[in-house]
Amino acid sequence: MATLDSKIPSGPLEKKWEKHKFDSKLVNPANRRKYTIIVVGSGLAGASAAASLGEMGYNVKCFCYQDSPRRAHSIAAQGGINAAKNYQNDGDSVQRLFYDTIKGGDFRAREANVYRLAEVSSSIIDQCTALGVPFAREYGGLLANRSFGGAQVSRTFYARGQTGQQLLIGAYSGLCAQIAAGTVTMFPRTEMLDLVVVDGHAKGIVVRDMVTGKIEAHAGDTVILATGGYGNVFYLSTNAKGCNVTATWRAHKKGAFFANPCYTQIHPTCIPVHGDFQSKLTLMSESLRNDGRVWVPKKKEDCGKPPGEIAEEDRDYYLERKYPSFGNLAPRDISSRAAKQVCDEGRGIGSTKLGVYLDFSAAIKRLGENVIRERYGNLFDMYHKITGEDAYKVPMRIFPAVHYTMGGLWVDYNLMSNLPGLHVLGEANFSDHGANRLGASALMQGLADGYFVLPYTISNYLVTQAGKKVGTDHPEFVKAIEEVKARTEKLLSIKGKRSVDSFHRELGLLLWDKCGMGRTEASLKDALAKIPKIREEFWTNVNVLGDGNDLNQSLEMAGRVADFLEFGELMCLDALERRESCGGHFREEFQFEDGEAKRDDEHFAHVAAWENVGEVAKSVRHIEPLNYENVHLAVRSYK
Amino acid sequence: MSDTLNLTLKVWRQKNAGTPGKFVEYPAKNIPTDCSFLEMLDIVNETLVQQNIEPIAFDHDCREGICGMCSLVINGVAHGPERATTTCQLHMRHFKDGDTIYVEPWRVGAFPLIKDLIVDRSSYDRIQQAGGFITARAGSAPDANSVPIPKQNADSAMDAAACIGCGACAAACPNSSAMLFVAAKVSHLALLPQGQPERTRRALKMVTTMDKEGFGNCTNYYECEAVCPAEIKSSFISMLNREYAFAAVRDGVSVI
Ligand SMILES: Cc1cc2nc3c(=O)[nH]c(=O)nc-3n(C[C@H](O)[C@H](O)[C@H](O)COP(=O)(O)OP(=O)(O)OC[C@H]3O[C@@H](n4cnc5c(N)ncnc54)[C@H](O)[C@@H]3O)c2cc1C
Ligand code: SF4
Ligand code: FES
Repeated sequence: MATLDSKIPSGPLEKKWEKHKFDSKLVNPANRRKYTIIVVGSGLAGASAAASLGEMGYNVKCFCYQDSPRRAHSIAAQGGINAAKNYQNDGDSVQRLFYDTIKGGDFRAREANVYRLAEVSSSIIDQCTALGVPFAREYGGLLANRSFGGAQVSRTFYARGQTGQQLLIGAYSGLCAQIAAGTVTMFPRTEMLDLVVVDGHAKGIVVRDMVTGKIEAHAGDTVILATGGYGNVFYLSTNAKGCNVTATWRAHKKGAFFANPCYTQIHPTCIPVHGDFQSKLTLMSESLRNDGRVWVPKKKEDCGKPPGEIAEEDRDYYLERKYPSFGNLAPRDISSRAAKQVCDEGRGIGSTKLGVYLDFSAAIKRLGENVIRERYGNLFDMYHKITGEDAYKVPMRIFPAVHYTMGGLWVDYNLMSNLPGLHVLGEANFSDHGANRLGASALMQGLADGYFVLPYTISNYLVTQAGKKVGTDHPEFVKAIEEVKARTEKLLSIKGKRSVDSFHRELGLLLWDKCGMGRTEASLKDALAKIPKIREEFWTNVNVLGDGNDLNQSLEMAGRVADFLEFGELMCLDALERRESCGGHFREEFQFEDGEAKRDDEHFAHVAAWENVGEVAKSVRHIEPLNYENVHLAVRSYK
Repeated sequence: MSDTLNLTLKVWRQKNAGTPGKFVEYPAKNIPTDCSFLEMLDIVNETLVQQNIEPIAFDHDCREGICGMCSLVINGVAHGPERATTTCQLHMRHFKDGDTIYVEPWRVGAFPLIKDLIVDRSSYDRIQQAGGFITARAGSAPDANSVPIPKQNADSAMDAAACIGCGACAAACPNSSAMLFVAAKVSHLALLPQGQPERTRRALKMVTTMDKEGFGNCTNYYECEAVCPAEIKSSFISMLNREYAFAAVRDGVSVI
């Protein structure tokens, strides 16, 4: 078994980061421009890292698949970003944010990382404000806050319902300044298709120019992946259409361990699926649960009636009933499962019976429509555009949907993979959210990684690489380019009968069914038997039209779907091996009588990190034990 | 169950910038009224693949109206007929059975065509790089509450900052002007105390770059405001004009 050294610094929890920063190596400012750093991704994690490293004087190359770095999917985050500022004087602290995050993650995250995240959270709000992020303010001019699931304090900062957009525009504008200064070179519409490893170190990437089709390589002293999550493996998710696992999967196949792929988050408040044509799902921010009440009819017979005709006493406000102290703000995994339960009981609403109400009438009565409009106007508008319904008048219909992935490439305390030279940030790594992420914590983590962690830790690796530059003429680069070209040609040459999309949908439906909100040994074994067959058919019957020397969206998607078809298998394998329920991973065999998730701390208080050895089915499971020295492992209760 | 429509599409197809393009007619059959315009194109593309015809290329990503990647001129209107709505959020319930729909790319000289309905909007990025930022190194920021900002200023800044950078403003403008976009960017930062030190420099550099990229002048048609999915108000253009005039005077440049 390989050694997974998490490199957690010694000493008391509150002193670890301070100590580590002091112990870290430094690169002299005059020497920094000699190092080339490759950053793949321009979302909150990638843009903040690229901009910060550029400011420090490194020579940065940044890549994204959209036409502009400002369009990374971070832009779609609505609700907000957490920070332990305690501006509301309601008892928040670094310790409390740390504890909430560990508990929210169902005790499956690393203490030291989470503590550091809570520690730097305050600086993120300062930094973003300085960059011109127009956070919501009170009449006195000070910053406003709201609450999110899994917390009993108001620590979430927001910019209307467009927090991700505003944070990304902030990070993007910083990136623009560095592009103008010449420290960062930006490569939009450029997709990473492979990682290049030389003598066991990540030294570069192979990319395809999505406009000209040219396949070429870039060499650097270290490679940073900030390529987001893999939720699109389910086909339908709240992710953007282009979100993919390709960058991390390719790195995995070159030696980087993939940690906890089965930890996927199903968000409780999304607009329900309404047809086979559906191409993606839309989230309604969790912040809505501050003022919306979730309910279904008590009696099955009432489910077909218009909501207004169902009397108050015939409604089951099931979250308030089951979790009186957190109520509608229970964490995501718990709220999602509760929705599934009532629908399984036949009490779901809407044409598919896969839906529950999110009702604002009480809040509108209490606060007035104007206040609700001010808080959530754009979300209500979006809901109206998609469904044609007015949520000021009738309750929203919502249902859980795949939203976020806690799993990702394994990294140590320096955010470096087991594969030396490969750093992984943001949603692409596995690090801070354990088995379930709390709302408003992903934006925090992405920016923490990029602004305040990596710029300190990266030098620990860089100092070991002085004088070890390799160029793209190195045989490993030449080989990697040839492999990518061959794969591209193969995809274009099959010319079978089925579209790329049809395979993606088939895989997605299977995974949602077998490895979605509830998983069992039987369902997972079934999926594991079926995925290789879909994959096999894909490689013999997919029809990718057009050629490779041109903009070709089918070809782009084909490459991504091919990787999802391999990755999906690892996800099920991980879900099968984790014989417990925790956070977003709910194994139906492991639950308490009241349906709550039953962890098995004795056998599974660890990170599972998978090594690729060729065939996915033969992947090797390594573990990193999680040692809790500061929190007491407890059954998570939100009652 | 939603109703369905049968439509005729006239879609602009063009292999690349160097090859002339043309409208090609495709039927769009059994389109559910609940699906979005892009989902309608997905359905059409699926049938094209079955006939071994290369699918229609169009830009899109988030499909929830926020990334600014989608960009189609639908029946002559950028982002189509619905007010304050991106193409990806336009739903087919706004069309009628039997309709013929023309689908074209943004037609702006400063957005060169790449393929079919996809154009190159990197000129907007270059305008932003010219000065659309506040220089604030990570680690050097003061406490976020150390500078209170009156709520109405923060709200106005947010109104401007909501721009999604889609380019519809330039596509709708008879002069292909990018004024609404630049106005949104300049105003967002000019309205905040943090934006003051670089305020004049920013306005000058962004406007100069806009001109250099080949966008036209604003002659107050306000077509931009009518199509803008983020509801950026044309009053920000007046604000930009003031910013620019002030900056130009300070810089000793004459304004025409
Ligand atoms: C609808 C929605 C709402 C959300 N709301 C919230 C919220 O309110 N609060 C919160 O904290 N979190 C929220 N989240 C989660 C959060 O937004 C994301 O986890 C986070 O923004 C991810 O940031 P990132 O930088 O890691 O990745 P992303 O922003 O996804 O960026 C990925 C980058 O990698 C690039 N890339 C990917 N693959 C490749 C490749 N192969 N080659 C080249 N480039 C590539 C992309 O172009 C992009 O630039 C939300 C998520 C969604 C989907
Ligand atoms: S101003 Fe409006 S139309 Fe122009 S780029 Fe911004 S959002 Fe698009
Ligand atoms: S696809 Fe993102 S705004 Fe339309």
